Amino acid sequence: MSTSPQNAYPAAVPPIPRPGVRANVFHGKPASSVTTFPSRVATEVVVPKVALDGISLSYKTTSGERLLALDNINLQVKPGEFLCIVGPSGCGKSTLLHLIAGLHQQTSGRILVDGKPVAGPGPDRILIFQELGLFPWLKVGGNVEFGLKMKNVSKAEREDRVEYYLRLVHLSKFKDSYIHQLSGGMRQRVALARALATEPDVLLMDEPFAALDAQTRDLLHDELERLWAETGRTIIFVTHNVREAVRLGDRVALLSFRPGRVKEEFSVDLPRPRHMEQTDVARTSRDILDCLRAEINKSLEVEYADEKVR
Amino acid sequence: MKKFANQVIFYSALLAIWAIIAKLHLWPPYLFPPPWGVGHALWDGFADHSFWIGIAVTMKRMLIGYSLSIVLGMILGLAVSSNKFLEQTLGGLLVSLQSLPSICWIPLAVLWFGLTEKAILFVVLMGSLLSVTIAMEDGRKQMPKIYGMAGRNLGATGFRLFWSVLLPASLPFIVNGMKQGWAFAWRSLIQAEMIFLSLGLGQLLMMGRDLSDMSQVLAVMILIIILGFLVDGLIFRTMERRLQEKYGLTPA
Repeated sequence: MSTSPQNAYPAAVPPIPRPGVRANVFHGKPASSVTTFPSRVATEVVVPKVALDGISLSYKTTSGERLLALDNINLQVKPGEFLCIVGPSGCGKSTLLHLIAGLHQQTSGRILVDGKPVAGPGPDRILIFQELGLFPWLKVGGNVEFGLKMKNVSKAEREDRVEYYLRLVHLSKFKDSYIHQLSGGMRQRVALARALATEPDVLLMDEPFAALDAQTRDLLHDELERLWAETGRTIIFVTHNVREAVRLGDRVALLSFRPGRVKEEFSVDLPRPRHMEQTDVARTSRDILDCLRAEINKSLEVEYADEKVR
Repeated sequence: MKKFANQVIFYSALLAIWAIIAKLHLWPPYLFPPPWGVGHALWDGFADHSFWIGIAVTMKRMLIGYSLSIVLGMILGLAVSSNKFLEQTLGGLLVSLQSLPSICWIPLAVLWFGLTEKAILFVVLMGSLLSVTIAMEDGRKQMPKIYGMAGRNLGATGFRLFWSVLLPASLPFIVNGMKQGWAFAWRSLIQAEMIFLSLGLGQLLMMGRDLSDMSQVLAVMILIIILGFLVDGLIFRTMERRLQEKYGLTPA
């Protein structure tokens, strides 16, 4: 049996020299070291990295009625925290990420990053879209370089950073490939590298692994967990898969269905690294899933109701 | 390969039938020249440089007029697609203007510019401008919204967002309109040259008529077909195929 190329990368990452690196990038670990994960005991009061303060969003549907998509969302994310947001499809979790990214405007409430209100997109928050939105007219290297060009980073530094982040996601060999030549898992990693290369403080991820096969997804979970631990980024990760949320998150916020409200927050204190198949991950997921089931039923009712009308 | 063989057989047969009819002398050779007569006219035309000059002059006008229409068409298309008011007013006008054959602009061009190079360029411009404008407008609408969002998310704004994201993202949707624009411009240019008598392939065609030289008429017609095919069939179609493949619009 031959292994497909996207799964053939080495499990251990060699230390990557990173010239002109910024102070907040965690790097230069000895080659043999095991990735250490940030401990959860930090209790001192800190300014939240991201604070959602009474966020609501409503819009007019095509039939003219007003629909409340998000209702009074309050959430705080600590610096370096991995927050997962779960909820049934249509609960507005993607929309919430778009709001934090500054791509849309909420109807009321405030979004604060480092205590400052968000006004439009900014290089401190990069969103990885569900559909990725990689640019097919650019090569892999060009895609990773794009955000740096927009930030007017010098050419020499751009080259260094592109090389560094492509190595980080094991895609150095594919720098000169076009996007259409890559497999789904590889595209996913390009998107990750493109987002990481701008070195944002906050990484927003919108169901990035939903379309992948289980094996590739597991590999990318490990990668993401490692990258998060090594770079100390704050991550807000949206998914409909509870087990994935428990596998990755320090905390899981559960959104309700129409309007989207924070129904419950769960903190996940399981030791890292974790795996999807672990029994304690499964057990924690079960608790959350019980809570989520009611919301899923609501969303299914609406979907089937739509079907009947047609 | 089978396709190529079929084409060789087809064109050989066509030439053979043409030669046989010519050999029957049903009509005098100045009305129905044999294939070798046309071949001779082609040879002579290139030998005395008149065909080379004709091709150069025509292609130069094409390039200038077409480039102008691309630039103006993009600006117009962009304006129409980004403003609701312009879309409802100017957008409709542009679509209705497209039903006007571009040869109809010739009287206007002659009155405005006289029998000059400018008048010819104007006709070429009007030939393709509308196609390019409408293509640009459609392209902006058809382009997946995700690219614009991804660009803004990565810090692109204003002109840079347009130039390095929106324009390349809509390219596969505009290339068809650009191809159509070229075809329209090509037709209007040859038509204009036939009326203006100012060098170019169109004039060579009319010269053949004036000299009652059917061989030259057919030779120039063949030239026009070949040039048009080269640009449209080879350059544009290849570009279109490559783009679609690269953008994942067709299974590569």
